[in-house]
Amino acid sequence: MLIRKTGREPSPSEITPEGVWQSRREWMARAAMIAAATGVPAWASRRAFAQDAGALPGAPSPSYSVMDKPTEWKDITTYNNYYEFGVDKDEPSKYAGKLQTRPWTVSVEGEVLHPQTFDIDTLLKLAPMEERVYRLRCVEGWSMVIPWVGYSLSNLLKQVEPTGNAKYVEFTTVAQRENMPGLRYPVLDWPYVEALRLDEAMHPLAMLVFGLYGKVLPNQNGAPLRLAVPWKYGFKSAKSLVRIRLVEQQPTSSWMQAAANEYGFYANVNPDVSHPRWSQATERRIGEGGFFTPKRKTVIFNGYADQVASLYQGMDLRANY
Amino acid sequence: MSQWPAAAVSKFKPLLFAAGLFPFARWIWLGFHDGLSANPIEFLTRSSGTWALVCLLVTLLITPMRRLLGQPALVRLRRPCGLFAFFYGALHFVAWVWWDRGLDIDSMLQDIWERPFITAGFAAFACMTALALTSTQWAMRKLGRRWQMLHRLVYLIGILAVVHLWWHKAGKNDFEQPLIYGAILAVLLGWRLVLRFK
Repeated sequence: MLIRKTGREPSPSEITPEGVWQSRREWMARAAMIAAATGVPAWASRRAFAQDAGALPGAPSPSYSVMDKPTEWKDITTYNNYYEFGVDKDEPSKYAGKLQTRPWTVSVEGEVLHPQTFDIDTLLKLAPMEERVYRLRCVEGWSMVIPWVGYSLSNLLKQVEPTGNAKYVEFTTVAQRENMPGLRYPVLDWPYVEALRLDEAMHPLAMLVFGLYGKVLPNQNGAPLRLAVPWKYGFKSAKSLVRIRLVEQQPTSSWMQAAANEYGFYANVNPDVSHPRWSQATERRIGEGGFFTPKRKTVIFNGYADQVASLYQGMDLRANY
Repeated sequence: MSQWPAAAVSKFKPLLFAAGLFPFARWIWLGFHDGLSANPIEFLTRSSGTWALVCLLVTLLITPMRRLLGQPALVRLRRPCGLFAFFYGALHFVAWVWWDRGLDIDSMLQDIWERPFITAGFAAFACMTALALTSTQWAMRKLGRRWQMLHRLVYLIGILAVVHLWWHKAGKNDFEQPLIYGAILAVLLGWRLVLRFK
């Protein structure tokens, strides 16, 4: 029998390394367990699932994962704050389908030795994908537990080598006028800008996220790549990043510009520092229990104090809210 | 147009009652059909507040309707409308007391003191309670002239309710809803002002 040559050998980058393959097996077994435990079959057929853009597994990273029960896929993907698609929680999942996530580049610039524009496909291969189960605490007083897929942001920053002048990292989010209906309303000064101090950005917990629950990140959750900074209020974790700029002066974030007395630069989760319009002492964990379940007590640094409190040693957390 | 007899207007009460219970029935239906969103507590809290305001505006619409249609007997529908506003307002209040504040009195007092939008909402509900308690025939007779003065509080309640919604939505610069409800309230109250000074 003749075996016809296809004329093209797979390039080494297309071959899945065995370790990755193996971790994929483990991940699938784990996912199946989670699915069985959380009743995935019941929601598998629903709307949110239509946005399924393919698998993106990550090797489970127990040292960076919390043990809390993960929030259901359906809740994570239909209850979103992504004002570029509308200010109501259900609007991002309704309207984010139009967002163009390919081609996509991220320009990393400013106080760096090697400024570079990265293609999304390059970023997907920059470091091994990990699955980390993080807590997410929204400044509005609700929380989730989310299995993100991605790697530490420091992997990317090390590539461009920040100079000695680099003190802060500024993140700019995409603004596609024709695909993002919320941009018509001046809720914030678009595009959305967030920022971290360089040492915060270099902390291993600060994560560049590409996937969710072993799948490619749905658009409403910030595709094709976003931040996850689990010890800060959710709005610090900017979505759909297009530019990362290293700077010397502290940048002004979109929320600082909109209401500086309500949203500070740091925005670390802190039950003792109230938002001017509401207390931050408690939070509603989405999907937890029924109508009789009380709110949870919010924990300083969202429970990540052991890892990150040292970043803020000697700082007045009340003044630096 | 001839004037409708009071008894004829009263025949519409069962229909009004059914309409008033529609929001409540809708929640139950949504509850059984996975329609209360990822955060059902937030959904029900907001929905009860919205319907309290809608019922309040309908209540405030009765008097202009009486005058414009020349049908004074429509006044018979005013109390049930007002009581439905109180019913949804009370559910909205209980949602805050129970779900948001976890039945903790100290935290409720702190909330009323610290958050202007809660202050406005609480004041509106306190006034509404006074009106609901004095809505009986007995209270009307007992209070006489003072009854009408007391029940003019409904104008203040309307303003407080819209301010409450306005401040709530201000955090997201999302003024669509407060503008719509505020505009309707402005027309309903403005009509009364114009009539008074004409």
